Amino acid sequence: MSDVRLRLTAIQKSFGATRALKSVSLEIAPGEVHAIIGENGAGKSTLMKILSGAYGADAGTMNLSGLPYLPENPHDARLKGVAMIYQELNLALHLSAQENILLGAESARAGWIDRKNSRERAQAALAQLGHEGLDLDRLAGDFSIAEQQIIEIARALLISLQVLIMDEPTSSLTQADTEKLFATITRLRARGVSIIYISHFLEECRLIADRYTVLKDGETVGSGEMSGASLDHIVTLMTGREVKELYPRTAHPMGAVVLEVKAAASKPRLRQATLQLRAGEVFGLGGLIGAGRTDLLRAIFGLDDLAAGEICILGAPNRAVGPKNRWGQGVGFLSENRKEEGLMLNQTITDNLTLTKLGAFGRMGWINGARQEAVAQRWVGELRVKCRDAGQLIGELSGGNQQKVALARLLEHPARIFLLDEPTRGIDVGSKAQIYQLVSELAAAGKAVVVVSSYLPELLGMCDTIGVMCRGELTAVRPRAEWSESEIMRAATGSAD
Amino acid sequence: MKDTFKSMLAKGGPFIGLILVIVLFSIPGETREFFLTYNNFKIIFTQTVIVAIGALGMTMIIVSGGIDLSVGSSIALTSVAGAQLIQRGWAPIPVLLAMVAVGALIGLLNGTAIAGLRMTPFIITLGTLGVARGSAKWMADNQTVNYESSPINGWMTTADPFGHALPAGVWVTLGLAVLTAILLRKTVFGRHVFALGSNEATARLCGIATTRLKVAIYTLAGAFFGLAGLFQLSRLRQGDPTVAVGLELDIIASVIIGGASLSGGVGTILGSMIGALIMAVLRNGSQQMGWPTYFQEIIIGLVIIVAVFLDRLRQGRQA
Repeated sequence: MSDVRLRLTAIQKSFGATRALKSVSLEIAPGEVHAIIGENGAGKSTLMKILSGAYGADAGTMNLSGLPYLPENPHDARLKGVAMIYQELNLALHLSAQENILLGAESARAGWIDRKNSRERAQAALAQLGHEGLDLDRLAGDFSIAEQQIIEIARALLISLQVLIMDEPTSSLTQADTEKLFATITRLRARGVSIIYISHFLEECRLIADRYTVLKDGETVGSGEMSGASLDHIVTLMTGREVKELYPRTAHPMGAVVLEVKAAASKPRLRQATLQLRAGEVFGLGGLIGAGRTDLLRAIFGLDDLAAGEICILGAPNRAVGPKNRWGQGVGFLSENRKEEGLMLNQTITDNLTLTKLGAFGRMGWINGARQEAVAQRWVGELRVKCRDAGQLIGELSGGNQQKVALARLLEHPARIFLLDEPTRGIDVGSKAQIYQLVSELAAAGKAVVVVSSYLPELLGMCDTIGVMCRGELTAVRPRAEWSESEIMRAATGSAD
Repeated sequence: MKDTFKSMLAKGGPFIGLILVIVLFSIPGETREFFLTYNNFKIIFTQTVIVAIGALGMTMIIVSGGIDLSVGSSIALTSVAGAQLIQRGWAPIPVLLAMVAVGALIGLLNGTAIAGLRMTPFIITLGTLGVARGSAKWMADNQTVNYESSPINGWMTTADPFGHALPAGVWVTLGLAVLTAILLRKTVFGRHVFALGSNEATARLCGIATTRLKVAIYTLAGAFFGLAGLFQLSRLRQGDPTVAVGLELDIIASVIIGGASLSGGVGTILGSMIGALIMAVLRNGSQQMGWPTYFQEIIIGLVIIVAVFLDRLRQGRQA
């Protein structure tokens, strides 16, 4: 690869006293897919923001196709040929697909939209991606996440795109949509577009990327050809330590049935689910996004009303229930959506951690603040939450540390039945390993765990029993030993029998 | 340590604003002599009472992520009701209790509609703004409700207008401010109010009965608005169905200047009280400067914008 599309040399960036980037160097050839790998807080997002023009670098040089590259802002970066697709998509959900694709670059004559030319340009962009079939007149909000992503990529194609940066593009995609996205990436690569691909899913990076760069604490600690690298080696580079037992297993005997779901259904998605959960059991729920896994957990927890069926906790059937009763019965729920449902971002770690049992920190409705704080501080220490102290606002923590606090809420309550919805989504490898460890300890201590995950190695690594949901139905429940990744996928896509 | 410093800075923001306004009005020749006297501050404190008591209830509502636009109308309605009860010969304490109850009832209706119909507080209370104002005018037959005299008339003044004593209304405000601050900071109810405003989904997930909590918040705040109506009656010495038009905006402004966030989860009673004082000092100072009322309105409008902008800057620096 003689010619270089993008070259970064010794990029540095500080925020106040914090050195987010100490020295990052990077080289990407035309038509190369380059994976940027690193734990949360390693400097990936800062680097991407510098590349896409949101921040300026303090030191170092950037070259794009041989010319100095100094974007003034994201718009300027776009005009120079560098576009970024954020994890949280940037679409105007109430405008049509076409309006979104052309947003800020409308075909117009004297302020009037040129409809014919607009349509042609939007169609051309979609054709390049192999998605000619997309209905340009539908509102963006009516599309699936995967389709919305295509709309964003199409928008980037309106200019002569040289480098496309994708931040965790598959975090909310199903396996099938991920494969389609990879096909799209392959098309872009063939057209000579360089792609910077950021993901926590190392297996994915290996599938799609040509080369990789590992960041740790704001520095480039390694890079090379993807095909020659072992995942263990990359993980060691990321964490600076050997991660041996990612999925620890302690032998744990199973006890009595603590949760029984009998033919439960809820609107709009959950059609039929039956399962039994024993003390000391880790029960995994696999399936595609939208298959009804979250709906099942919400129905068990009383967040959604049951339309049919029965749910028994510790043998007691109870149809009219809410979260308050469930916490009282020792059932805890970890939301898949930390920001919107799981946590109060502008409140302290302490308040977030103890919200389910404030009354326990005092008498007659009063709260003993010192006791509450001491309890939170103890969990912060025990789970190694990176923060100033338990009085810090939780919104200021990284995703992994936020998740630890969200989990600590269940531990402190204390829950006996843990309903965990995508507990490791969007968090770094170190925190993931810690959560696997924790789940294994919980099971060993006789707690029962239901865990929803879209990440198959995790499901197979963590669980004793796995049930797969498809189109609102829990179809197959079997011990882990009887499942493989491909079998789970077949059951999830409804092609098992 | 760093945290206490930061929270001092956060609470100090409105306080610095208050000192700034006071200093600015102490300098010009027109106001220099009288502005910084005890007697003037007695006037300012007395003028703050109604807005401040309203701001106590409004702080709870805004921290819980809500809003109440019907406060001015509630005050008018309770003051009309109170005046009519005095006409019938009711004693001061029963009148007080009845007025607080009327305010709480309006709050109960607001809270029930907001939580029960799952509608936004802005729309519901915009509706009750009209309903309560209309009812007040209907009850009063579109006139002021006059009465001979009542001990209530003395609750916003002192026997000796130039003496050192402060009127009862100021002491009541101070006492309630302390109690409400403790309620919000130190009790389960208070922390649940913050939780509801910070993230309603989380509150629900964590087993908080959000519907009941909302009804409780609006009812309690309504009781405060009823009490504000009482002091309005005491000040005017008559029930007036057209009084306090737009007062809710002054009250909301006090809470916002005091550092609360309209998106919920953030706010303090101390801040809101200082916010109410800033508004009163601006009014008082402008009057002494001989500025016309339209000029005062412009200044207060600008102060709201500047205060919230400074707050944004401060928060931006924290993050």
